[in-house]
Amino acid sequence: MIKLIVQLSSPSLLRSVSVDLNNDSSLLIDIPDALCERDKVKFTVHTKTTLNSFQKPDFSVSRQHEDFIWLHDTLVETEEYAGLIIPPAPPKPDFESPREKMHKLGEGEATMTKEEYTKMKQELEAEYLAVFKKTVQVHEIFLQRLSSHPNLSKDRNFQIFLEYDQDLSVRRKNAKEMFGGFFKNMVKSADEVLISGIKDVDEFFEQEKTFLLDYFSKIKDSTAKAEKMTRSHKNVADDYIHISATLNSIAADDNTALKQHLEKFAELLEKLRKVEGRVASDQELKLTELLRYYMRDIQAAKDLLYRRARALADYENSNKALDKARLKSKDVAQAEENQKQCLLKFDKLSESGKKELTSFKGRRVVAFRKNLIEMAELEIKHAKQCVILHSTCIDLMDSSFIFAVVQVRGRR
Amino acid sequence: MAASSERSPPPFPESEEQELEHDLEEDEEDSEEGADIFTGGTLSDSAMDPPLPVSSSEPPKDIFSEPPADTFKDPLNKTSAEKAASGGLSKAQAAVPVKVAADEELDDLFSDSLGESGAAPVTDAKIAPLLDLGEEPQKSDVIKKGAGKDDASTEVLSAPQNDVIKKDIFEEPPKGAAKDLPTDIKDGNAAGKKPASTDLFGDDDDEDLFKEPLGAMTKKPQGSLFTEAKSEAKAARPEQSNSAAADLFTEEAFTVTPVVAAAKSSVNTSSKTNGLHSDEEDLFAEATVELSLDSPHNDRRKREAAKPSAPAPSLSASASTSKPQPKTLEELEEEEKEDTFDLNISVTNPEKVGDGMNAYMAYKVSTQTSLSMFRSKQFTVRRRFSDFLGLYEKLSEKHAQNGYIVPPPPEKSILGMTKVKVGKEDPSSAEFVERRRAALERYLHRVVSHPSLLQDPDVREFLEKEELPRAVSTQALSGAGFLKMINKATDAVSKMTIKMNESDVWFEEKLQEVESEDQQLRKLHAMVESLVNHRKELSVNTAMFAKSVAMLGSSEDNTALSRALSQLAEVEDRIEQLHQDQASNDFFIFAELLADYIRLLGAVRACFDQRMKAWQRWQDAQNMLQKKRETEAKLLWANKPDKLQQAKDEIVEWEAKVSQYEREFERVSATVRKEVIRFEKEKSRDFKKQIIRYLESLLQSQQQLIKYWEAFLPEAKAIA
Repeated sequence: MIKLIVQLSSPSLLRSVSVDLNNDSSLLIDIPDALCERDKVKFTVHTKTTLNSFQKPDFSVSRQHEDFIWLHDTLVETEEYAGLIIPPAPPKPDFESPREKMHKLGEGEATMTKEEYTKMKQELEAEYLAVFKKTVQVHEIFLQRLSSHPNLSKDRNFQIFLEYDQDLSVRRKNAKEMFGGFFKNMVKSADEVLISGIKDVDEFFEQEKTFLLDYFSKIKDSTAKAEKMTRSHKNVADDYIHISATLNSIAADDNTALKQHLEKFAELLEKLRKVEGRVASDQELKLTELLRYYMRDIQAAKDLLYRRARALADYENSNKALDKARLKSKDVAQAEENQKQCLLKFDKLSESGKKELTSFKGRRVVAFRKNLIEMAELEIKHAKQCVILHSTCIDLMDSSFIFAVVQVRGRR
Repeated sequence: MAASSERSPPPFPESEEQELEHDLEEDEEDSEEGADIFTGGTLSDSAMDPPLPVSSSEPPKDIFSEPPADTFKDPLNKTSAEKAASGGLSKAQAAVPVKVAADEELDDLFSDSLGESGAAPVTDAKIAPLLDLGEEPQKSDVIKKGAGKDDASTEVLSAPQNDVIKKDIFEEPPKGAAKDLPTDIKDGNAAGKKPASTDLFGDDDDEDLFKEPLGAMTKKPQGSLFTEAKSEAKAARPEQSNSAAADLFTEEAFTVTPVVAAAKSSVNTSSKTNGLHSDEEDLFAEATVELSLDSPHNDRRKREAAKPSAPAPSLSASASTSKPQPKTLEELEEEEKEDTFDLNISVTNPEKVGDGMNAYMAYKVSTQTSLSMFRSKQFTVRRRFSDFLGLYEKLSEKHAQNGYIVPPPPEKSILGMTKVKVGKEDPSSAEFVERRRAALERYLHRVVSHPSLLQDPDVREFLEKEELPRAVSTQALSGAGFLKMINKATDAVSKMTIKMNESDVWFEEKLQEVESEDQQLRKLHAMVESLVNHRKELSVNTAMFAKSVAMLGSSEDNTALSRALSQLAEVEDRIEQLHQDQASNDFFIFAELLADYIRLLGAVRACFDQRMKAWQRWQDAQNMLQKKRETEAKLLWANKPDKLQQAKDEIVEWEAKVSQYEREFERVSATVRKEVIRFEKEKSRDFKKQIIRYLESLLQSQQQLIKYWEAFLPEAKAIA
């Protein structure tokens, strides 16, 4: 299988989805390279810092995808951060689709010319590489979101994740835990439905809740559609390869004046498929990834709302418990204490949640703006390139025809 | 002899057989052989010369086979001299019947046509190419010589019998043309005379020369092929180095472009031996190059030629004004284009006629033309799909067996048509109708751009006649259709069983080329179809994304971003339209072109099959002859004189058949060759045109894309 060591030479290019991260230079994290072995991807996490909580100002560690998940889960489970939007965990590296394609290509090898096969293979390798880069990118962004967050960047686990130079040897979730996690999710969803009926006292959250729910479904839909669109765009680009290769083989057999035209046409299509491929991958990077990221981010924001709603429900329950206790005049102090705690928690959550959600909104707008501008610019750039390619090819054909005529006459 | 075979670039294996054949028929008249060649020319000529159907009947065969033998044996020097001197059209007319008086059929033919139109079909045939020749004589002195010699030839020569005819034929037309093309005519006349002057060197040669233009005119090089073989056989007898000329002719027949070069080079070689001949060779070479000209052109000239005209004497004088060759070639190319666009056919207004399963689509076929063969300049008829199929049936019945590539019509589509019939106004049936309309239009264009098919009365009838008898045999499920299927099946079986030991490498290679091209085009077509599908998919997905983004924009609470998103939705909507248009461009410009050519390649293969069939017939006849000979030998041995005579008769009969089939095979081969070359040329042009059109469509959509995104950019920037 393919072993890839990716030198991410231009991280700036990759940071397209990047969220508006505050340019605090006290803690800078990047993933300069990664190693892919079968299903495992080892990321090299490089940290540069001026904070004295770290032992060294500059260090690198090797981390796997599971380590990132562990970090995310611990953050989510930390009570302290309940009022924060925990950056969504990076999705699991998915090399299935290029791998599957590669497999298909191997099967279809007989029906293709050698040239065609090579080109298809190249294209797939490029796609594989793109997926790989994207994976690295989302992991990097996760860490950068953490590092740029005033609270989360000071998290102990996060610092261990960055600094501990041994293998974290995070225990993989066993079956029971997996099931437990699944069950927890079910409970959570049910709970969500239950408490969603509770009318919020705070209009901001009420509004925010309806907005996020609506927005989430919309963005989920858009993401799926955008993905489909870019995929079919890729198919179009792939078709160009086949057509170009077949044209070439026809041109090879042809020995009339048409030969040159066919060759030119094939050459053009070959160039076009690269451009079209770029259009597709740029769209994917700038649009689909943006939508996908914000879909997950909104999920995280929804989780925050859920935690707050849960806290609210807890508070109301504790109120009821206090009333009950007062009625029975039994354990009143304890209940009072509990109620106070709940209220405190809820207030804290509300406060930080409000802050988080407002900043999320700003972040989202900025990211959309950046990406949409970049995408439009890229689209224009590619289309212009196409125009140049087309017109030069048309000119060439016209002139080559004249040239051919002159040649024929010369022979005469 | 040896030199000649060396010079002719593609080895021509038939010539060997020819020689053998010649030995067999040694006792037969040489002139008869020549006449056969004539026949071939005239026959095929008739096929493409509907305006003068007099010549389209069988008789010419006989007519021509005999005259040189009988009638022209007597030296008719006096008449010829007279004619040469006067150059008068009427005299020429008169002279021909006189001479040919011995042969009644010939008489009829000549006098009929001459009397009616002033130009016999035969003359027409020869005139046109010769006229064209006239446009491109390269050396003025050469022409002068030719012109000058022609007078001398008539007087000096000992055996210029055939000259008479030639003179008539050649002199008339140029004069006729004089009206419109004063300069050309002169050249043409000069050219016309030159062949006449060849008589100097005996009948054989001048027959050869004659055949050349004939073959040329009919777009069949068989004349030249024949010529080559025969002149080679004959070259041994006459002293002149005429074989060089023969070579040239064959070369011309093979390839269109190198012809001139070949002709030129041989001019140098042969001019040493006889200067006169070399000139003619060049001229003829040009004639074959000219072949590619569309016949409407010739047609026009024929008519012009029919008119009485300026006197001959001035002709030779202006010969020196002829243009240098390359220039004329250029002109030819231009003319070619002009001619093609002289006829503008469009298929429009598809309209459903009737209801239910009996409903059909009728199309408006409008023609705009300046061609004289049509009654008016502009006319419109309504035709239904089966009429188009019927036209194809008629054409292929008549022309396919001669080795012509008859353009195939679009396929019947029961599914598509049923949808239309049921009357669902959905986009797929509208697309089907449009697709078919475009295909029919292209089909008609291909038919009329074929010079021989354009001349077919059925084509004219199809375009002109108000009511056309209903084409019956075109229904896929009818009895006739069933018969056709059976025929096709038997054809396929016989094709497999016939093992042809290919005598000509060219055909073998071409067939292979065609077959591999067919395969690759099929592959390419599949790819382009998948491109069309993927692009349609892309368009659909883009539309869905646009909708989705519009929804997203509506629920976005930031006003600027919401606005930008709905703008993005709009852009994507437009892009969707762009993709859709591009998909239909992919389909109509690219995929349909390929589909057409896949069908056309089928027709090309069919014409190769026809050649094989002709070969098979010939071989069968040869085997039969062999058997008859064996029986004769047996009878001779058994000493049965009563049956011997019958056996001898049979041998004679079969010998005639063998040579007839052989000629047919040669003719079909030559036609196939010419047709394939023509097809390739046409294909080149078509592909180039369509590719450029396709690229332009791509270019346009990319330009639109730029516009859309550039309009969007400020919106994106406005997000605050």
